[in-house]
Amino acid sequence: MWFLCVFYHRLLDFRKPEVEALAELFGEEDSPLQWRLPEHHHNDTPFHFVQLSSEEIAQNIAKRSILVKGMYELWGEGTCYEELKDSIERFPDSRKLPFLTSDSTFKISVETFGKALTFDEQRERIHSLTYIPFEGKVNLKKPDHNFFLMEMDESEESNGLPPIVQRRIFFGREVGFADRKLLPTFQLKSRTYLGPTAMDAEMAFLMANQAKAASGKLVYDPFVGTGSILVSAARFGAMTMGADIDIRVVRDGRGPDCNVWSNFKQYGLPSPVALLRMDNNVPPWRSGLKEIFDAIICDPPYGVRAGGRKSGGRKILRGTVDPYTVPEDKRTGHIPSTGAYSLVECVHDLLHLAARMLVMKGRLVFFFPVLRDESGSEVKFPEHPCFKLVAVSEQILSSRYSRVLLTMVKVEPYSEKIEEAARLMHLEFRENHLKWLEEGNIHSSVFKPTDSSQIHTEAKTFKDPKPKYRGKYV
Amino acid sequence: MRLITHNMLSCNIKGVTNGFPLKIEAEKVIEKEVDFNPDFLKHMFAKIEWKALVEAARAMGYGELPEDSPDVAVIESADETFLKKLHHALLEIHLEEGALVCPETGRKFPVNKGIPNMLLHEDEV
Ligand SMILES: C[S@@+](CC[C@H](N)C(=O)[O-])C[C@H]1O[C@@H](n2cnc3c(N)ncnc32)[C@H](O)[C@@H]1O
Repeated sequence: MWFLCVFYHRLLDFRKPEVEALAELFGEEDSPLQWRLPEHHHNDTPFHFVQLSSEEIAQNIAKRSILVKGMYELWGEGTCYEELKDSIERFPDSRKLPFLTSDSTFKISVETFGKALTFDEQRERIHSLTYIPFEGKVNLKKPDHNFFLMEMDESEESNGLPPIVQRRIFFGREVGFADRKLLPTFQLKSRTYLGPTAMDAEMAFLMANQAKAASGKLVYDPFVGTGSILVSAARFGAMTMGADIDIRVVRDGRGPDCNVWSNFKQYGLPSPVALLRMDNNVPPWRSGLKEIFDAIICDPPYGVRAGGRKSGGRKILRGTVDPYTVPEDKRTGHIPSTGAYSLVECVHDLLHLAARMLVMKGRLVFFFPVLRDESGSEVKFPEHPCFKLVAVSEQILSSRYSRVLLTMVKVEPYSEKIEEAARLMHLEFRENHLKWLEEGNIHSSVFKPTDSSQIHTEAKTFKDPKPKYRGKYV
Repeated sequence: MRLITHNMLSCNIKGVTNGFPLKIEAEKVIEKEVDFNPDFLKHMFAKIEWKALVEAARAMGYGELPEDSPDVAVIESADETFLKKLHHALLEIHLEEGALVCPETGRKFPVNKGIPNMLLHEDEV
């Protein structure tokens, strides 16, 4: 069945991947999803058609989604009201009549894009629909059936949207809508314990959706910080676990009622199963432990604001001095020194962790920084033979920097043989990265394609120049 | 720290080969009720090192777990007696203060405010 999927005009790159992840979560078997654009519409339009096998799936997706405004069963569309009428009349009675019966209540809302309508104009449009045999009573507060008339007029580039070349009108029955109340409730402003890199609520929910967080699953964040990503996973019913190298952040917070635990308690969510202090460069997992997490979601420590640290002093890591031996009587309170943790190493450790610790089909969802390149050169993302890259969503942070949310699915079990292939992939990745750094670029990630013979991903390119209406939240 | 976590951790000091299971030195143990989630427990059961869990539970003062790992039929059965015990052992008993001790080197990893500190010293990596 085709549904009209209307999106919010936000985070454009994140919209379809969210629906795709949720479709899978709610049992859609048809994969990848089929999408279709209304005539003359640009990919960044709010209106998309998507094929789903049941109304129930469409409803579940809309309810759980952050960026879907509503899902509709389309009854008709056209470039003018005459065309709309013909189209609605052609829509089979068997699909219409069950929702028009005399014992039901209904409501028709008018929505416009690109221009505002007066109350009278709206009424006039609703009254033009008398050819639809509504038998039920109008109920504006709690109708059984919600109908929407959506009108998008020809316009110049406006509202941050690309120009609309032709007027388009849709009429449909709502089958599901999003719960945007989630966002004001969870917004960071309301959060007791915050840090400089806390993940904003909307993005954290999108990440949890990419990870298909749900009840009965265990979700891990190896760079947990204040826990904001896990809060969103817990809101969707998942059990959570987090680790961080910084003991002040993960254990102490700002006191007994202002710490990672309190961020969960505040919303009545179950506490994380565990919070640990550890270094993801040398994680203390027992040997033999594997396939325990259903998803790993994180915002790794790259860049200037929150560069990563790892165990071992700087000089030891460079191998110029023998390791300092901590005197016996000083061991208990000793604060180990740490060295810088490069992006390449951090990503390597993350992929390694995920390859080993994710269940099959488990998801790794993480941010990766990129430099926006005017010349449109290709960006190569980190790769691992256990993983298939399924979604790439860019959030533009400034005219030069973006971060990209990568969603990878574990498609191969971890083994020693895989480990060797992974090592080679990593070396290539590192070499490209270092070469690129030498050429004078700063922490970014434009890489040459590696040997594709051992790789699952169809090398996703990353070069469409973004139209100028794209900004941080678009 | 709950016992599910204890069951996942080992001492990873460079050169240590038998860093699991860590011995528990309990100073303060607390219990907190947690929602019972059979699906989650079944998923975890398959990953648990049973002997380590039994010993750890005992060190925390809980002796109700059977010595030998029950087979899968017990997990799948309608009788939830066993799952309830597993639930209690894995999720409801917390080591609030104490330490995890490496069985090979005796290195203590402190547990403070419920959080194990597994960071290694610079001469241990
Ligand atoms: C970008 S922040 C993540 C913030 C988190 N998403 C939040 O909502 O608060 C990265 C975190 O990684 C931690 N970190 C840095 N190096 C690490 C390492 N080697 N192992 C584990 N955590 C590390 C930092 O202490 C920091 O809290």
